Amino acid sequence: MNKLKDTALSYRTELGFWMYLMTDCILFGCLFATYAVLRGSTAGGPSEAELFDMPMVLAQTLALLTSTLTAGLMLVAMHRKRSVEFKVWLGVTIAFGAAFFAMELNEFALLIAEGQSWQSSAARSGFFALVGTHGLHILVGLLWATVLAVVVHRRGFTQKNIRQAKLFALFWHFLDVIWIFIFTFVYLVGASNGI
Amino acid sequence: MFGRLSLDAFPTDIITIGGVASGGAVVLAILAFITYKKKWRYLWNEWFTSLDPKKIGTMYAIVAAIMLLRGVADAVMIRAQQAVLSQTDLNLIDSDMFQQVFSAHGTIMIFFVAMGGMFAFINWIVPLQIGARDVAFPLLNSISFWLFAGGMVLMNLSLALGEFSGAGWLAYPPLSGLEYSPGTGVDYWIWSLQIAGVGSLLSGVNFLTTIFTMRAKGMTLMKMPVFTWSIVTSMLLVAFVFPILTVTLTLLGLDRLIGTHFFTSDLGGNPMMYINLIWAWGHPEVYILVLPAFGIFSELVPVFSRKKLFGYKSMVFALSSIMLLSFMVWLHHFFTMGAGANVNAFFGITTMLIAVPTGVKVFNWIFTMWRGKVKFTSSMIWFMGFAITFTIGGLTGVMLAVPGIDFQVHNSLFLVAHFHNMIIGGVVFGFFAGLTYWWPKFTGWKLHEGLGKIAAWLWIVGFLVAFLPLYALGFMGAVRRLDDYDPSFGWQSLFIVAGIGVMIIGLGVVTQITQIGYSWLKRKQLKVNSDPWDGRTLEWATPTPVPDYSFAKLPIVSDRDAWWEMKHAKTKVPTKYEDIEIPKNTGYGVYIGLLSTIVAFSIIWHIWWLVILSGVALVVVAISSTLREKTERVITAADIIAIEGKRQRSVL
Ligand SMILES: [Cu+2]
Repeated sequence: MNKLKDTALSYRTELGFWMYLMTDCILFGCLFATYAVLRGSTAGGPSEAELFDMPMVLAQTLALLTSTLTAGLMLVAMHRKRSVEFKVWLGVTIAFGAAFFAMELNEFALLIAEGQSWQSSAARSGFFALVGTHGLHILVGLLWATVLAVVVHRRGFTQKNIRQAKLFALFWHFLDVIWIFIFTFVYLVGASNGI
Repeated sequence: MFGRLSLDAFPTDIITIGGVASGGAVVLAILAFITYKKKWRYLWNEWFTSLDPKKIGTMYAIVAAIMLLRGVADAVMIRAQQAVLSQTDLNLIDSDMFQQVFSAHGTIMIFFVAMGGMFAFINWIVPLQIGARDVAFPLLNSISFWLFAGGMVLMNLSLALGEFSGAGWLAYPPLSGLEYSPGTGVDYWIWSLQIAGVGSLLSGVNFLTTIFTMRAKGMTLMKMPVFTWSIVTSMLLVAFVFPILTVTLTLLGLDRLIGTHFFTSDLGGNPMMYINLIWAWGHPEVYILVLPAFGIFSELVPVFSRKKLFGYKSMVFALSSIMLLSFMVWLHHFFTMGAGANVNAFFGITTMLIAVPTGVKVFNWIFTMWRGKVKFTSSMIWFMGFAITFTIGGLTGVMLAVPGIDFQVHNSLFLVAHFHNMIIGGVVFGFFAGLTYWWPKFTGWKLHEGLGKIAAWLWIVGFLVAFLPLYALGFMGAVRRLDDYDPSFGWQSLFIVAGIGVMIIGLGVVTQITQIGYSWLKRKQLKVNSDPWDGRTLEWATPTPVPDYSFAKLPIVSDRDAWWEMKHAKTKVPTKYEDIEIPKNTGYGVYIGLLSTIVAFSIIWHIWWLVILSGVALVVVAISSTLREKTERVITAADIIAIEGKRQRSVL
């Protein structure tokens, strides 16, 4: 494959991926809207202020932000063609992402143990759908990162892998932005509503 | 072991068994014929695994055509029930089944006929019109098709196993919730639309990227053919609204599967949320379908009038403003649900505004014909039929946009007549016009003109006879989805007239099938060159049958009517060629479509082990599809010379 064609392909793939992210944005937009409409409908259950464990959420947020930073460092290593460094940063990214995911599962388990599952009320349904969809995206991202690590290990920095790494970083940043919105509008607003 | 799938799932009533038996017999006969002819390998290698958008387009068209037959059969049953059966003691179609029939009719016609037909045209024509050899993401395109096909299979499987949704084509909760629809019907509806919808969403992203990055040199945005412009606007709508459909269906599915309370009537659920979400998708969906039809007419009216399109810029402007306005009108579908006078007024006015750009388009087409050398081919007859029926539909649409009138005719047959005016008169006539127009490019021979004209007239007359009485019935108080009524209302005669109209449309369909069969038999006599209509845009610059690589040399464009310009500037056929790389066939599209269908099927029937098994398989296959190393095959310059040498013309 010649260079010209490769540039065209990279451009195309990036544009397509941005467009996919745009559609994903709308998907989250709908979930945010549903959540906002239903958040007060707790059917007599406890309010969010009583449920949210804010220090835990902060830890989650820090884990995800850190993993985004290391995803950036991974890209830097890739541009410098440093394979080992790349794999280390990718590994760290996966580790922090996995920590985030584990904390989220833990939060869900605690909520269910307190009798507040998605079946309890419309408000909880909206919460689990929004936060859970983000979590599902994180899971996909973790899977993607793992595959990327294996592929780069086997095949090195091919044009295709470089493209994939860039797109992964883009995806990860995107999930970070979504999380910031969730952190602000779900957790901060939810926790301060009770005060 | 098999979830809720048991022997009870098989149908017991006579009509369903008849439908399943005849449909099943046809499918079995086709499968046996393919096996007998030993064509499986050919089909797999040349069609199922193909990443060529032209072949994928043909497959979309075949699926859509078959689904059209089923949709028409459903329509015949609905009208037969209303015109005759309900007034007799024969209880052939009970109300439960009637619900499933009208739900299936709407779902099939929108999702599988209209969407399928649209993607057939897009796949075939858009790459050729912009002078590209393939699409931006060829494998993704194949995956989209097989998701669409998987959705279609699931939807039809509901005939033989279980039941279909009886909650209408948009499945409003709480009726579609678990409490009132405990069976598998609504689940079939949700999951077949979910996978077909994801396919459409991926296609939308794919074609936007294709059009934005792969146009021929010199083809600026304002030199794109209007059909391609219509696809840009339509696919932008797809990208914006199909995620809404995905979310809405998922949330309804969660309500039914794991007991969430989004749209239930207890524990704080909000059914109105569903109705807002589904129409935020549903209204733009109608424009997703009709904008490409506008694009088709904008191609063929200039060709058959032998003139440039009148008002190109205003056409593009009109397409774009219709696209934007279509986001701001969804509430007109539920004026009666109590949003208040000011909100209703706002949405009423935005709805009426859409009439302005639409009117601009109609006038532009008419001005294109004005003082042109108009040839009344069958495509143009479809256009004339469209211009009249679509304008009637537009006028009744403006009436419905007035909240005061809407309160009177909401959910009545007046509404049913209105949207059939738009969808049959707009989308279906547009697609038939396009099919006749581009058929010689698809096959190398023309469709028989005489039969085509008869079919067009039968459809147009049949349409008017079938749907004008419904306006009257609507005013008389007949609501939609009615399986029985009191004879003293005096509705039966009008229903009988409407039934006769459906029969005339049925004759039109038979004529079309005859037309295709007869033209195929006479294909030697009907053989035409690669540019039979003296076309203006680049798809006519390719040889017919269009080779795998479409363009031996990528064209360079200097004018809006690029091919017209090349013909008149006598651009010479190139004699030197280079090797061309085109995407290699792969089975991943089929595998991903199949596995998604199995996942959806096992969710519908609550077969949880199979959900996990096929889900994991789907993830593994999806990952490995991204790891393919060699994705292209080479067509050498020598091969190209051999193919291009047979071309029948002397300019490019
Ligand atoms: Cu609408």
